[in-house]
Amino acid sequence: MIFDDEPVPGYPLPILPGHTSPGRFERVLRAGAFAVTTELAPPDSADPEEVFRRARIFDGYVDAINATDGSGANCHMSSVAVCALLTRIGYAPVMQISCRDKNRIAIQGDILGAAAMGVCNILCLTGDDVGAGDHPQAKPVFDLDSMSLLAMARMMRDEHHLQSGRPLTHSPRVFLGAAENPFAPPQDWRADRLAKKVAAGAQFIQTQWCYDVPMLRNFLRAAEDRGLPEKAFILVGVGPLASAKSAEWIRRHVPGVHIPDAVVERLAGAQDQRAEGKRICIDIIQELRELKGVAGVHVMAYRQEEAVAEIIDRSRVLNDRLPWHPDREQLLKERQAS
Amino acid sequence: MYCVRVWSVRHSRGLELFYNAFERVLVWLHPLWKRIGYERLQRPVAAVERAVKGLLFDCRMCGQCVLSATGMSCPMNCPKQLRNGPCGGVRSNGNCEVRAEMKCVWVQAYEGARRMRDGYEKIRIVQMPVDRRLEGSSSWLRVAREQGERRA
Repeated sequence: MIFDDEPVPGYPLPILPGHTSPGRFERVLRAGAFAVTTELAPPDSADPEEVFRRARIFDGYVDAINATDGSGANCHMSSVAVCALLTRIGYAPVMQISCRDKNRIAIQGDILGAAAMGVCNILCLTGDDVGAGDHPQAKPVFDLDSMSLLAMARMMRDEHHLQSGRPLTHSPRVFLGAAENPFAPPQDWRADRLAKKVAAGAQFIQTQWCYDVPMLRNFLRAAEDRGLPEKAFILVGVGPLASAKSAEWIRRHVPGVHIPDAVVERLAGAQDQRAEGKRICIDIIQELRELKGVAGVHVMAYRQEEAVAEIIDRSRVLNDRLPWHPDREQLLKERQAS
Repeated sequence: MYCVRVWSVRHSRGLELFYNAFERVLVWLHPLWKRIGYERLQRPVAAVERAVKGLLFDCRMCGQCVLSATGMSCPMNCPKQLRNGPCGGVRSNGNCEVRAEMKCVWVQAYEGARRMRDGYEKIRIVQMPVDRRLEGSSSWLRVAREQGERRA
């Protein structure tokens, strides 16, 4: 998908009527394309090249790149900095904000700063508990929760002031997202909780890893009853499992990740478990694509980032669409020439 | 106490009815509170409130009580102090991600809300962030004052 008003990489696009951000990600979703996003693990490093290297492997396969914010309560380069670096190249980053490490003063400052650096998408999260990470002795902040963070970010954008009431001379033009986990209890209330997030300002949703499509279907049905897919784009989380052993480990140690026995058995029965993990992921993506109310997929391939391109390629969800990346112009010219 | 807290959620309907009546009395007595002086009442009333709600709900005295909107399960007992619903880490048995031996405060909240008259309506309200200045102050007096003044 190419927009004819596509500017210099890293510069904002004109904001179309009905849009809230000058970003490419919102454009892709509102144009009705099946969107693909992925997750970049920020490095334990101060070298920008490491960030660029980690982004480059997704070139041509994703519409937006999430930069995690101290995921699993482990310290890495900050999300705001990773996103600012990515906008320099022209990528469309999704800045994740977790409520664990910062209070409302710091978060509002980050939202302004990120928007000034060209970040157009923000994912509002509660965040993991500090006990899960590498600094269990740290003070958990949780001044806000994901819901009040969403409401605050929307207020900054639409009402042009800080929570204190102090006006903003230029409000952050951002596309707001939230997470949902349709696979964790209380399952019958998850759609209600999603409705609450949409009411608080969520425009797109990225879900936890989906390995159980029937369970997702129930959730989507409940979401549809509440009219949610019309109000927010739902991107379903997917990812390759490395082996049956690692699936077992995740099931036991990562709260909130639901992997049915059938998936583990299928992995265990395969000769090449890694390849089977990718195959399962591709099968799920192809199933999701047919589901009403699914606007795209969010591929989280932790420590298997190089597999994202292959998975997207083989699942054929992009059709012939070539998402933006630094070499796209040249590639398109080559395609035309051949 | 955890077992009392669980009892309270199981009896959310009765507690809701009791609180609604109690609140009406509180608000009705607004002129009296005003005469005595809200500032002067703050310490003794907060102490009583802390004792009663501490026993029933493991109340943390956030000073802006939302129990009626959380199925009588106090959200400040959530390790992340979530006031708008559960996080994504709830264990498959419905227990807390951080404190594995405790039932998720929000799994309980929905159970409690289901039993209440206005529970389902209220649990869907988006709660604004906590005003940390109110910590330790009496929620009862604040309600009496705000509603009393609105009525006057």
